[in-house]
Amino acid sequence: MRTLLTVFSKEFVDNFRDRRTLATALVMGPLLGPILFAFVINLSLERSIADADSMMQLPVIGAEHAPNLTRFLESRNIEIVDGPADRDAALAAVKTGALDVVVLIPVEFGEQLREGSPARVELILDQANTEADRDARRARNALRAYNQQLAALRLVGRGISPLVLQAVTVDEVDVSTPSGRAAILLGMMSYFFIFALLMGGMYLAIDSTAGERERGSLEPLLALPVTRDQLMFGKIAAACTFMAMSLMLSLWSFFFALKFMPLEQLGMTPNFGPIVVLSAFFILAPFILVGAAVMTLVASFTKSYKEAQTWLSIVLIAPTMPILIVSILNVRSQIEFMFIPSLSQHLILVDMVKNEPLNPLHIVISVTSTLAIGAILTWICARLYRREGLLG
Amino acid sequence: MIVVNDIHKSFGRVRALRGVSFDAPDGRITGLLGPNGAGKSTTLRVLYTVLKPDQGSATIDGVDVVSNGLAARRRIGALPHGAGLYPHLSARENIAYYATLCGIDKETIDDKVNSIIGLLEIDAFADRRTKGFSQGQRTKVALARALVHDPQNVILDEPTNGLDVMATRSLRDLILKLKDGGRCVLFSSHVMQEVAALCDDICIIANGKVAIDGSADGIRERTGCDDLEDAFVAAIQVVEAD
Repeated sequence: MRTLLTVFSKEFVDNFRDRRTLATALVMGPLLGPILFAFVINLSLERSIADADSMMQLPVIGAEHAPNLTRFLESRNIEIVDGPADRDAALAAVKTGALDVVVLIPVEFGEQLREGSPARVELILDQANTEADRDARRARNALRAYNQQLAALRLVGRGISPLVLQAVTVDEVDVSTPSGRAAILLGMMSYFFIFALLMGGMYLAIDSTAGERERGSLEPLLALPVTRDQLMFGKIAAACTFMAMSLMLSLWSFFFALKFMPLEQLGMTPNFGPIVVLSAFFILAPFILVGAAVMTLVASFTKSYKEAQTWLSIVLIAPTMPILIVSILNVRSQIEFMFIPSLSQHLILVDMVKNEPLNPLHIVISVTSTLAIGAILTWICARLYRREGLLG
Repeated sequence: MIVVNDIHKSFGRVRALRGVSFDAPDGRITGLLGPNGAGKSTTLRVLYTVLKPDQGSATIDGVDVVSNGLAARRRIGALPHGAGLYPHLSARENIAYYATLCGIDKETIDDKVNSIIGLLEIDAFADRRTKGFSQGQRTKVALARALVHDPQNVILDEPTNGLDVMATRSLRDLILKLKDGGRCVLFSSHVMQEVAALCDDICIIANGKVAIDGSADGIRERTGCDDLEDAFVAAIQVVEAD
């Protein structure tokens, strides 16, 4: 036990003094999530709410052929500006992205309207250009509204109620709660926690095999009167401690970051208070052992520090796979999933953020099975540490 | 006291050791001499238990290195070839880490560490982090680390590699001090003069086998060469002809 503690405290101090390692473990991992998250949220905010009522400029060719339509658009806060010289120029401008959307009103528009035949208006847009999407949608909606208004007026002129055109009305009732809507966006945050957690122990995991070997400190260490199991367990314990610290930091940094994100404007109220932060820590904590053991295992097969880093960057992605598949298939928490590390943590976390009742059985299975897998992997690490080939 | 009895070791198809036997008694300095790739490091690695022999046995003070590795390691201080330090720890911390792992109690650690630092003249840089140490400084710290628990048997793999004249001299003095203290010192080298100047017994290894062993005079006598270097070459040629 004393040996284990000695190895643990030496690894802890050693890692703490290495600025580069410390920066990756305790700064980059925990901060990357919130920063990326704030970026995505702000982007989507800009897109969706970006003030539907604000003045929008719409290039129109042939506005003089439809003075009423022009006035209607202006009443909807759309400012009509002169469009390109002709249709070809408009097509080119939209294609290159110089203009987001152009409305073309042909000369015969007024005449067709008077005759009562469908009057043609062209909306020139580029569907591949997602940036133009918002303006295009607004122009299309405004034109449809004008169409409905005119159609209704025509029916009234013939003594028919415009309601005959509405055979069925559809009213959508959204049962999602503000916390539930938040979970859609916050679903990805469980990955950030797992990422931060893995980053926290990455260098220590490499160091226990590839690092020690490359430095030439492995051989004298193995010649000491201690068992290799004690060395390995001490090193894994140190890695776990760093991973726990980095997980805790990333949870709190998310907590503070969420305070500064205008999520209410998106109709989201994530359930992510201090209690959830602490419970999330305990839900994710068993994954620390799995992560530490997997990283140590992978690093023990590599020849050098660099090679270990390359392989471990793949390990960083691996826990996302089950999360990704489940997100695409859109399945809910099931008992079978609770046996899979990273996936079970993700599903429980999502439920927590949605403020839905948690199934105690799910939590028990997630914690015990993840811990059991972690223990098995740690045992395999210790077995491999006994190999002769370890010296390289 | 180290006894090596007919050890064999292969790495895949390479037969690194093909039956090495020798004794290294207490109170004497035994030199393992041989050209590069002769099997010196492999022999020493078997002795400090990081490699297991395919065949044969070796004991440290009567303790078998294969069946009771942990107890055998308690009796040795080993300096492997090119031993590295922890760059973020000071020289003193590097030494204290090994002292603790060797099971020295908390109360006596400081004294032990201080005395080995004094003995190896590390004082001037003992509290600096070892990152950026010269080769000589690093070897001294690695040696202090290996000797801090005052082991009965000392195994040094090419300890003078990369050392300057002064450092080599002080290492030689230290080895002589260990001998006077009744310790068993076994060290490997490929430098003939070094071994000749220091060792009581010489074991010449070539091609995974012991070519000849005995005192310097005994070897000269048996090969019929006055010069030890000629004796070395003569002995090696016999083995390599196999």
